[in-house]
Amino acid sequence: MIEIANVTKTFTGRGAPFTALDDVSVTIRENEFFTLLGPSGCGKTTLLRVIAGFIDPTRGTVKLDGQDLVSLPPYKRPVNTVFQSYALFPHMTVAQNIGFGLEMQDKPSDEVKHTVDEMLALVRMTEMADRKTSEISGGQQQRVALARALAPRPKVLLLDEPLSALDFKLRKDMQLELKRLQSETGITFVFVTHDQEEALTMSDRIAVMNAGMIRQIGGPRDIYDHPAERFVADFIGDTNFLQVELLQTEGDSAHIRLPSGAEAQVRAPHDGMAPGPVTLAIRPEHASLAGGDGAALPGTLANIVYFGTDTHFHVDLDGGARFVLRQQNQPGQRQGWSVGDAVTVTLAPGVGQVLRD
Amino acid sequence: MAKQGFDIRRQPGFATIAMACFVVLYLPIILLVVYSFNAGTSIAIWEGFSWRWYVSAWQNEQVQAATIRSLVIAFWATLIATSCAVLAALATTRQGRFRGYTLVFAMINQPLMVPEIVTAVALLIFFAMIKVATGYTGLFYLIIAHAAFCIPFAYMPIRARLQGMDLSLEQAAMDLYGTPWRVFRRITLPQLWPGILAGAMLAFVISLDDVVITEFVKSAGQDTLPTYMLGQLRRVVTPEVNAISTALLAISVVMVMGFFFLSRNKK
Repeated sequence: MIEIANVTKTFTGRGAPFTALDDVSVTIRENEFFTLLGPSGCGKTTLLRVIAGFIDPTRGTVKLDGQDLVSLPPYKRPVNTVFQSYALFPHMTVAQNIGFGLEMQDKPSDEVKHTVDEMLALVRMTEMADRKTSEISGGQQQRVALARALAPRPKVLLLDEPLSALDFKLRKDMQLELKRLQSETGITFVFVTHDQEEALTMSDRIAVMNAGMIRQIGGPRDIYDHPAERFVADFIGDTNFLQVELLQTEGDSAHIRLPSGAEAQVRAPHDGMAPGPVTLAIRPEHASLAGGDGAALPGTLANIVYFGTDTHFHVDLDGGARFVLRQQNQPGQRQGWSVGDAVTVTLAPGVGQVLRD
Repeated sequence: MAKQGFDIRRQPGFATIAMACFVVLYLPIILLVVYSFNAGTSIAIWEGFSWRWYVSAWQNEQVQAATIRSLVIAFWATLIATSCAVLAALATTRQGRFRGYTLVFAMINQPLMVPEIVTAVALLIFFAMIKVATGYTGLFYLIIAHAAFCIPFAYMPIRARLQGMDLSLEQAAMDLYGTPWRVFRRITLPQLWPGILAGAMLAFVISLDDVVITEFVKSAGQDTLPTYMLGQLRRVVTPEVNAISTALLAISVVMVMGFFFLSRNKK
């Protein structure tokens, strides 16, 4: 269990001081695939490097199973990193790279050899053991970097955007591979990425970061379906934002009035909000043009974009806002709309989230 | 047509000037090498091919002594200068830019900028004072002087190598439980090695070749090969000087080729 409490990091260089981490507190559980997600410059890599020990926090504490980490140099922390650039040692073979950490721990040579063989098998690189790291492909280098970091059996594995240099197909394979390795080794993974899809597919829990702060922590479903604020809703997936009037809240349920005058029941933050004008977030797949129960928003169809698996309809609502909705394409079925049609957007009952700005 | 803007190679007269420069640079050297094989005693009148001046230089005890002295000085100066250069390069590239960086950089490279004759006179006076105080007049003064002006030459390739090195490699090694000293020995040093060798070779050639500072600093009977040759030229000029020069040239060419080979980036 990693307990990060009130960690602040301010960089003072030439220029104005820059706060990369602003009073960050988060607890990462044992054996969890935990993702730090956010745009570049949000502080996610800084937080990772604070845990690894390459950056000292200006304030705050980092504890691993109750043991203070901040006072330990990187080489005394039971934590290993997979670097974005892999950082494989070019003057060593694949096997020597993987064995390096064990060697530095002064493990006996037969144990080093045994573990290296085990790791090679784990990442399916046994035949490549004696190759130079420059002689293997990007995906293979990635696997060696993983094996090297896993070989000393760290309590926590830190992964700094490890998949960003791979092409699309390889990235998909490696995502599955990482999940497999995590469940097989039982090691806590802390994964940094700016790719929301990657975060949603792989994580047990996600911390969404922006401007040095954690904006929301939750499971992938939780973050996607119930974003706590506008930034999170906007960063994860596609979202429609509507200006609506909040009439009243009860628990995490809110009663609102849409611009069309229709009223609807949506979700609100747990700690309640005052009635008045607010922003409502609705996912594109949570509305339809087919009618049915639910609040209705009349408008004009402005654009139809075909995406293969689904089709996006852009609707100019009466009153000026643009609403994008997404419908899955069914085999053999053609949608019957054309641009310029008067349509009614119907929100599925219970969807939508009132946001704090 | 004009895919790139200004192309100097297309300007009138460029080829002529370039050829003229190469001729001035290399023709004298070619003549020097050719006449080192002259059978006669003149350095300007060809009398047939012979190895006699190489044999004569080889058997000349003064040349032998000067050669050994040159090599001893170059060896120790290279060792000292390269060690200092490695430390200086590590200190100036490893922790980013610090306050006073430019000043330190300029001070390390001072021998490249201060006129050599000034350094020579300054060392002459300084060492004279020490000689009087201690009574020691050995080779040590020459070694120290050579080491001092060789440092920037050794520093440059080492620094270039360090700057091209991926910092995350050292971080990765530290992350994998490597203590700072072990990281330096196992990761930094093996990668730095070509830079160090290149720097050492450059320093060695520069030391072997020096005249001005050596001439000022040396005590009686401490001629190096270049100062011996300078002394010879004042008396009788025979192709023996050509032969010694050609031998020096050969050593330098081998060293410089080694330098280029090592400092070439594999990527």
